[in-house]
Amino acid sequence: MQHQSTKRPTVGLFVTCLVDLFRPSVGFAAVKLIEEAGCTVDVPMTQTCCGQPAYNSGDREDTREIAKATIAAFEEFDYVVAPSGSCTGMLKKHYPALFAGDPAWESRAAEFSKKVHELVSFLADEMKVEGVTAKLTATATYHDSCSGLRELGIHDQPRKLLASVEGLKIAEMQEADVCCGFGGTFCVKYSDISNAIVTKKTANIETAGADMLLAGDLGCLMNMAGKLKRDGSSIEVRHVAEVLAGMTDQPPIGGAN
Amino acid sequence: MQIRSPEFKANSVKALSDAQLQKALGNVRAGFIDKRKKAVDALPEFDALRENGKAIKDHTLANLDLYLENYEAQVKAAGGHVHWAETAEDARRIILDLCASRGVKTVTKGKSMISEEIALNDALEAAGVRPVETDLGEYIIQLRGEHPSHIIAPAVHLNKEQIEADFRRVHTHLPADRELVEHEKLLTEARAVLREQYFKADLGITGANFLVAETGSSIIVTNEGNGDLTQILPRIHVVVASIEKVVPTLEDAAQILRLLARSATGQDMSVYTTISTGGRREGDPDGPDEYHVVLLDNGRSSMLGTEFQEMLRCIRCGACMNHCPVYHAVGGHAYGWVYPGPMGAVLTPSLIGVDKGGHLPNASTFCGRCESVCPMKIPLPKMMRHWREREFERGLNPAAARYGLKAWAFFARRPSLYRFFASLGIPVLSAAGGAKHRFSWLPFAGGWTKYRELPAPEGRTFLQQWAQREAKKQEPVR
Amino acid sequence: MSARDAILNKVRASLGAGNGPRAKVVRERLDGAPRGLIPERGQLPDAARIDLFAAQAEKVHATTERLASYADLPAAVTAYLRSKNLSASIRMGDDPRLNGADWSMQAALEIRRGPSDGNDETGLSHAFGAVAETGTLVLHSGAENPTTVNFLPEHHLVIVDAKDVAGDLETVLARVRETFGKGQMPRTLNMITGPSRSGDIEQKMLLGAHGPRALHIMVVGS
Repeated sequence: MQHQSTKRPTVGLFVTCLVDLFRPSVGFAAVKLIEEAGCTVDVPMTQTCCGQPAYNSGDREDTREIAKATIAAFEEFDYVVAPSGSCTGMLKKHYPALFAGDPAWESRAAEFSKKVHELVSFLADEMKVEGVTAKLTATATYHDSCSGLRELGIHDQPRKLLASVEGLKIAEMQEADVCCGFGGTFCVKYSDISNAIVTKKTANIETAGADMLLAGDLGCLMNMAGKLKRDGSSIEVRHVAEVLAGMTDQPPIGGAN
Repeated sequence: MQIRSPEFKANSVKALSDAQLQKALGNVRAGFIDKRKKAVDALPEFDALRENGKAIKDHTLANLDLYLENYEAQVKAAGGHVHWAETAEDARRIILDLCASRGVKTVTKGKSMISEEIALNDALEAAGVRPVETDLGEYIIQLRGEHPSHIIAPAVHLNKEQIEADFRRVHTHLPADRELVEHEKLLTEARAVLREQYFKADLGITGANFLVAETGSSIIVTNEGNGDLTQILPRIHVVVASIEKVVPTLEDAAQILRLLARSATGQDMSVYTTISTGGRREGDPDGPDEYHVVLLDNGRSSMLGTEFQEMLRCIRCGACMNHCPVYHAVGGHAYGWVYPGPMGAVLTPSLIGVDKGGHLPNASTFCGRCESVCPMKIPLPKMMRHWREREFERGLNPAAARYGLKAWAFFARRPSLYRFFASLGIPVLSAAGGAKHRFSWLPFAGGWTKYRELPAPEGRTFLQQWAQREAKKQEPVR
Repeated sequence: MSARDAILNKVRASLGAGNGPRAKVVRERLDGAPRGLIPERGQLPDAARIDLFAAQAEKVHATTERLASYADLPAAVTAYLRSKNLSASIRMGDDPRLNGADWSMQAALEIRRGPSDGNDETGLSHAFGAVAETGTLVLHSGAENPTTVNFLPEHHLVIVDAKDVAGDLETVLARVRETFGKGQMPRTLNMITGPSRSGDIEQKMLLGAHGPRALHIMVVGS
């Protein structure tokens, strides 16, 4: 890659359906961060969702069709980056398994998989970003979303970059690595259990003594924000990319109290 | 044991509102998670040992028939007897026949999940044989007429006040005014009561953590010593074990032993690891005269060669349930059959059918913490997903969920339609969210809004805004 | 068809297994019994190994002491009984190394021989070996050291030769194989790591569940 120093690497942004529909500002924050890291960003219009709802409901046929479309849409880029550990895990870890033994798609999925990265780990590990220029006076606590943590090993990268945000203090919560109870369709199919899990999570968030909750996955964030707001908490909930990009003007997820 | 897995949802709602249970479940973290982490962190080779353990089991399963044959030959060579049981019913009959032919009245039992799987206690009682559970936790739940809620901590769902009440109810031969509040007092009382039973028993039943093909040995691992008293004091020792418990050699057992106790209780080694081979030898002053092994299949042979084969690596340490947020929330009984938690979510549909056990692999957030701590590196979430696929293929999941999923997939597979409808609907939804930027209720979102607010979309979709931004860039500069 | 053949046939059918090379691989594995990974802490030199054994045993609430020779055993036993306010009586088997000590010096000490019937406060055993890695004692059944002595008394005193304290479990298992023959085992091999305990009541760890409440280990020689 040495000779590419003259040519900026191209990044296809996989926005994720939740960011596309619910929180576009996370997408723009991602674009800003990736561009600042020295890449050219493009957003293929033919993307929809990574296919997890079908995949985790046992519907392999639809999953494979969605995966094929996603792979085709992003093959041309040097990197594929998504602001979500969960969707990245799907693209990177599960797509290849979907096509095991398929002569037409197995190697395509494997090649595609190599290019896929979650946003924050892409910045820290691939682009060697040491810090950001954002400023924010706040005390934040960071929740490790499950797929990012356990499928992709994302733990230190967001903490390292957040530490470079001027004015931001990090207050770790207890059991930051424990699931928030979102789990995609789980949270509506087993809403009583999901509620019990997120109740423990928000208790840990409240005890951490932070005024802001950050994480790298919008699904988890909407779940935790929804619970915090229902309980009348004043804690602001944001995607980690918003803070790293210094784009915190819009209201937090689920609004302010 | 009656199967209540189809009522998982109702079971879990009940569990969530059970204050005693919720209090007891709070002990899981300090009792298991922290201790495991400390023990694992103290052994730098732990992950390499996990790889070895996995390889040992994979090798054994690929040659299971051959190792079972060798195992059987070695048990016989040591003077023991092997009984093969295809089903739970067969296993019960074999044990009842042994009891009948040898005039057995009382049976002491070490902790065995296979015994639960074949519902042995009910069968013994129906045949007039008195089973006495000797593991403290098992003894407590036997007094209560319950089943284990955890595979290594059967009474983890109880608090000491409940146990005290049970002891007072059952141990009526003891003074009613005795002091029984402290943990130690409860333990001492159970020890004294059970000590008598060991000597009364004609036959002792234990499970097995391993069967060793090389030597024809069974290995049990306990902390209390109850399994040992169960197998050395009665005339007859019966081991009930499933076929996948076999390992090739003592060395292989030694590798996995380094994983088992650390994963289960955070000990480097359990207090008593006992290797038993045959009955009493010439010159032995103690030990059972007879040694029998009941080898149970009960559906396991059909798991071989399928996407569920890896489940047969399980060594029943309980780490998966100790780390499971769903198990923490509802406890073990909600799962409705013998095996709870993530391992139960995979194993139960294999053993009782996905039509009955289908809820279990669905009731997971796929957080992956179970797989990350599994000493045998069993891909539990992956196998739960395989069960969901089997359900989906057979059309077993609810119609509403299927149609909803199909409708969603229709759009996910058609990007231009997806963009079109999203660009229409999302701004409307955003506006409806109002100044609070959230909803407390929305039609069709009851599963979400029952307990949480639903954050409203910000405004126009990202793809809408991006397309516009790009279009602007293309406009000629005036 | 017998249940045995039915199960084995199902296993073979599910595995899609032919016999040929599998049988050879399995035979070699059983014959060779290859060792897996031995943790570094299981491979320490002599003195450090015995220190580790004692430290690991104490970590799991055993007590330990060193004896210079078997001649010190009777006095050590008497001292232990006194320190715990136990009756001057021990149960033990017919182990020549235990018998070889001069017990007559402890005139007040009652020695009961043979297996325990559950009425003994204190038992004394000689261990076959020990494992430093985990602080584990290894004992086997037989007239010399009856298994009941390991479990029924409230206090269990165990003596082990320093030279028999191995670093790792595999070394002791290899000695068992050497002693009893390949594929042969004593009726019972007990690996004991600390005194009996239970955490079944609210996950609170308590000593003395069904087996001994106390385990005292005496390492003899150097």
